[in-house]
Amino acid sequence: MTHKIDGDRLLHVDALARVEGEGALRVRVHDGRVVDVELAIYEPPRFFEALLRGRGHTEPPDITARICGICPVAYQLTACQAIEAACGVEVPDEIRLLRRLLYCGEWIESHALHVYLLHLPDFLGYASAVDLARDRRDLVEQGLRLKKAGNAVLAEIGGRAVHPVNVRVGGFYRLPEADALIRLRPVLQQALDDALATVRLVSSLDFPDLEQPHEYLALRAPAEEYPLDRGLLMTSGGGVFPAEEFGRLVVEEQVSHSTALHARLAGGGLYLVGPLARYALNGDRLTGAARDAAREFGLGEVCRNPFRSIVVRAVETVYACEEALSILELWHGAPDASVDVPPRGAVGHGVTEAPRGVLYHRYALDADGSVLDARIVPPTSQNQAALEADLAAFVQAHLDLPEEELTRRCEQAIRNYDPCISCATHFLRLELTRG
Amino acid sequence: MDSSLRRPASDPPASARPTLAVWKFASCDGCQLSLLDCEDELLALAEVVEISHFLEATSADAPGPYDLSLVEGSITTAADAERIRQVRRLSRRLVTIGACATSGGVQALRNLAGVDEFGSEYVAAVYPRPEYIAALATSTPISAHVPVDLELHGCPVDRTQLLEVVTACLAGRTPQLPAESVCAECKRAGNVCVMVAGGTPCLGPVTRSGCDALCPSYARGCYGCFGPAPGANTGALVALLRADGMAERDVLRIFRTFNGPVDPVGTRREASR
Repeated sequence: MTHKIDGDRLLHVDALARVEGEGALRVRVHDGRVVDVELAIYEPPRFFEALLRGRGHTEPPDITARICGICPVAYQLTACQAIEAACGVEVPDEIRLLRRLLYCGEWIESHALHVYLLHLPDFLGYASAVDLARDRRDLVEQGLRLKKAGNAVLAEIGGRAVHPVNVRVGGFYRLPEADALIRLRPVLQQALDDALATVRLVSSLDFPDLEQPHEYLALRAPAEEYPLDRGLLMTSGGGVFPAEEFGRLVVEEQVSHSTALHARLAGGGLYLVGPLARYALNGDRLTGAARDAAREFGLGEVCRNPFRSIVVRAVETVYACEEALSILELWHGAPDASVDVPPRGAVGHGVTEAPRGVLYHRYALDADGSVLDARIVPPTSQNQAALEADLAAFVQAHLDLPEEELTRRCEQAIRNYDPCISCATHFLRLELTRG
Repeated sequence: MDSSLRRPASDPPASARPTLAVWKFASCDGCQLSLLDCEDELLALAEVVEISHFLEATSADAPGPYDLSLVEGSITTAADAERIRQVRRLSRRLVTIGACATSGGVQALRNLAGVDEFGSEYVAAVYPRPEYIAALATSTPISAHVPVDLELHGCPVDRTQLLEVVTACLAGRTPQLPAESVCAECKRAGNVCVMVAGGTPCLGPVTRSGCDALCPSYARGCYGCFGPAPGANTGALVALLRADGMAERDVLRIFRTFNGPVDPVGTRREASR
């Protein structure tokens, strides 16, 4: 809805639908110029970093999973990586591969949720996937089948889809039975077909014109692989940094009019994490059907239109299905489900690629393993500045649209980022009174 | 774009189906996601209920009253304390889903700190300008604020139980939910006891069932994500944990997780409301 106040135009969306968590949008236009864009987040903070203090070094994977019900594995695996680094332990490759398989499941589940249930209805003019199903049940069923395949991986390897129980510092509690892995194969074959059909579907959508110049930040994996569970931090400006440098690479600032912690690159400006960034910096690492699909559907080497992130998500879903299938081929068991991770007084850092982008954890441990200090930087809070910049550019270019339509399109622009507001424990904006 | 994909201009006819609303307070979204995770049932469910308010799933937003409201999350701000009263007024039946809504959730661990410590140890630990944060010093369950018709436990809730609750509420019958401990399910599953045979600390004897004894089936001890079972004898379990050599600090930690702080030596829930 919009209000007119003293000749100013104030675009105001009270509640954002189809994003995870709750927030609101305010755009202020004065004399035909966008003067302020604010993504107001009214998700109450839950103070995870504070309640982690004094917990044991084995506890952060389960505790931080509760930051986000949609990408709990991202939190679990990033916490494991940081704590294992602090304790000077590296897990064997068999364990790492199994973690990567679990992560593929989360990517499939999360991307399918976003593409079909949260984002696609925007492009087709429906309020929800349920409404879309009234006219095109086949499409929604395809999306749900894909999402279910991701959840099947999470359930077989992790125990359940939301907050899996099988992940621990050092590895897993129990290795999967051979039967479980055999059961996953046909499910993932079908998922691969569905994911390819998804690329075809979403690349046929109409995309508003918007090219944004943001710097990109993503991981770059050591082996010839697309980044999920490990890698160095890499920027499109050419910087390459290990996880330990995250705190120096990224500066979080508080601005006077807001409680938001704005992330920016040290010595640089705002930046973007997530599918567009991953694809731009790792497109050369896509293989097989994912690489072919990206080429066939004209994604190019770099995609700068945030509305087309839905295509990148679909391509990444193809990759995750293929990668999961290839791990199922490769994996021939492990001598133990986990390795010992004896605590020591040290600091450890972890970075992985959550479905929504780079996720960073840092833990300072006491000699007995108690957490002295924790820091968690989720992707959505890193993207907030870029998101607001996109909205400003988008609104400026479309001021001629009827207000209802403009408001709807702004909401769609926000959903480009698949923002997970529940995760973004670091920003909470108070609504401002304007005169 | 293939123009046949676009929504036709006419709206679907209004229906007389019962209305369902899903609300979110302080939470991770995992319990409402469990509803969307019912991939095989979601579309069938949407045929028998009208989804009137469910921000995570739809931008349609019909005003109440609602026949059934599912509430996720705990109350941690003054504004939310008011909002839940409004939700209650608009809802014929109100069911809380998950540990946050039912017990205050992991964020209720802050309740162990006093109001002063909450400010200095919690808010200041996360925010450089804590004075801007309008959060209450406590995280409380929905039942501390309004009458609740049914509480569904779990962090997250079990999908099958969630569907059972929704269908039972719509049919006007009492949902069939277990009221035993995880131990009972675990025995029926034929698991070897992780605690007796392996010495692994397990909250199964005192935790509400509903997960199919998931953790012991994965060779780990239950960590209590469904909260205390009715009549749980936590005192007896604590004696066993100590006998197995668990340090006092770890005994406290294991009882202080996703259902708010639980007093391990009594049977009452401490400071969560």
